[in-house]
Amino acid sequence: MHLLQVDSLTKRYGHETLALNEISFDVRPGEFVAIIGPSGAGKSTLLRCLNRLIDISSGQVHFDGVNVSSLRGAALRRQRTQIGMIFQHYNLVNRLSVIENVLHGRLGYKGTFAGILGLYSEQEKQDAVRIIESVGLGEQIYKRCDQLSGGQKQRVGIARALVQQPKMLLCDEPIASLDPNSSKIIMDTLREINQNLGITVLVNLHQVDVALRYADRLIGIKRGQLVFDGDPNLITDHQIHQIYGSESGDLMLNPRERYAAA
Amino acid sequence: MQPLDIFQLRRRHAIFFFLVLVALTYGAVLVTEYDTVRGLTALPRAATWAASNFVPDAEAFRRLPRILAKLLDTVLMAISSATVASACGLVVALMGATTTRLHPWLSLPARGIASVFRNIDVSAWALILLFSFGQSSYTGYFALFFVTFGFIVRVMIETIDEVSTDSVEALRATGAGYLAIISQSIIPACLPQLISWVLFMIETNIRSATLVGILTGTGIGFAFDLYFKSFNYSSASLVVLVIVVAVLLIESLSNAIRRAVL
Ligand SMILES: Nc1ncnc2c1ncn2[C@@H]1O[C@H](COP(=O)(O)OP(=O)(O)OP(=O)(O)O)[C@@H](O)[C@H]1O
Ligand SMILES: [Mg+2]
Repeated sequence: MHLLQVDSLTKRYGHETLALNEISFDVRPGEFVAIIGPSGAGKSTLLRCLNRLIDISSGQVHFDGVNVSSLRGAALRRQRTQIGMIFQHYNLVNRLSVIENVLHGRLGYKGTFAGILGLYSEQEKQDAVRIIESVGLGEQIYKRCDQLSGGQKQRVGIARALVQQPKMLLCDEPIASLDPNSSKIIMDTLREINQNLGITVLVNLHQVDVALRYADRLIGIKRGQLVFDGDPNLITDHQIHQIYGSESGDLMLNPRERYAAA
Repeated sequence: MQPLDIFQLRRRHAIFFFLVLVALTYGAVLVTEYDTVRGLTALPRAATWAASNFVPDAEAFRRLPRILAKLLDTVLMAISSATVASACGLVVALMGATTTRLHPWLSLPARGIASVFRNIDVSAWALILLFSFGQSSYTGYFALFFVTFGFIVRVMIETIDEVSTDSVEALRATGAGYLAIISQSIIPACLPQLISWVLFMIETNIRSATLVGILTGTGIGFAFDLYFKSFNYSSASLVVLVIVVAVLLIESLSNAIRRAVL
């Protein structure tokens, strides 16, 4: 049984740009999938088609048995509550406190009135506090987010996704703006979430070595096409070079060695 | 060779522009028969006259309560036109901003309306509205309202797109509804700028309201006009003094509020 089924997914921007070209893959519940590919390959577009932040041009996406591609309005909103999303730039409301930002993850479950007023139940608040503590921000609960470091902001982003009680997390380059130390904390947190809570994780990554270290499964995308799908241990250096093209050859040289050294 | 050419071209443009400016000035002086020398030498005499005539006397101070009542009229009109127009402007700005518009087609009309209202000067609006409302406070109120409205739409469109695009994407991904996104993310993110612009418009409107009042026969502007035209210079000067003090007070007050919210 698959949690996510992507079938010939195609996305065009205007007439010229073919951002995704007939992408097909399936994800089983509990998998940790890394999506790699050069800049402009279509990784962000792919994730946003899965929760329909972007409309799909053709093809189908099934999530948990529901055909996502045709959902609209309230049904689409209900679907989105099942999928958490984490962003490169954290996408928090910086002027609000940690707890307020985290509780935003509950808005998808609210009716119009409660949503506008931001009315949360006692249970929701307690859950939010527990989750904030679990990502290590217990001291920062009432701090404004513009006073946090990048790594802390990303943990707020993760907490906001977790209070949704999602079945899957979509992470769009969650560590691209972070230093190596914070990156490790974030990736470890994602792995814990994956292993302890059984939440499926799809993560776009720039760094091949990180992808190889954390993922159960690797998906390679190049110019909108799926060029690799399989066990990270089975990908060859040659294939990695092909995904990234020759221009970034130096950068990606021997990712496996770095992986081994780490 | 080429960079030099560009510099030479620039210099030639600058000289040409300067010559055109001189010609225009000279032409204007000729047409209006304005004597620059006499204009400048008249300044000291004007100052002496103002210093001897524009001094409030005891009789003027007896009129102070009436003047203050008129001032209150003007200030209240400035504040209410600024706040109500800002609320309306915010709604239209939400329609015009790329992040929040309900349909791409709404952007252009929203921006167009804003630019019409903003680019017609407040005195021009007052003249136009004199036809419909005559010399009443409605004329002044709507003149101030229109200009504020156009200004707020314009600046808030930019602020919304600048400040909240990222967090809106995150809230959309949680399944939050449109109105919840506006009240929980956009309003808190834009609030400091919004307050700051509204305060700015209140200050601007108090100054404009004084001038518009001369035209429409209302408020403190009318009081000045009345005293001035009846040669009661001492009372007129008290009006000017009261206006200056009020403007300074309100400016420092709004600066204090700004410091508190930013
Ligand atoms: N809103 C848009 N309008 C038009 N073209 C777009 C839009 N968004 C993305 N594209 C194009 O689609 C292609 C894929 O973009 P996408 O952002 O998905 O790449 P990416 O793999 O995430 O790259 P990066 O690693 O730089 O984030 C690019 O060619 C990009 O120029
Ligand atoms: Mg991207």
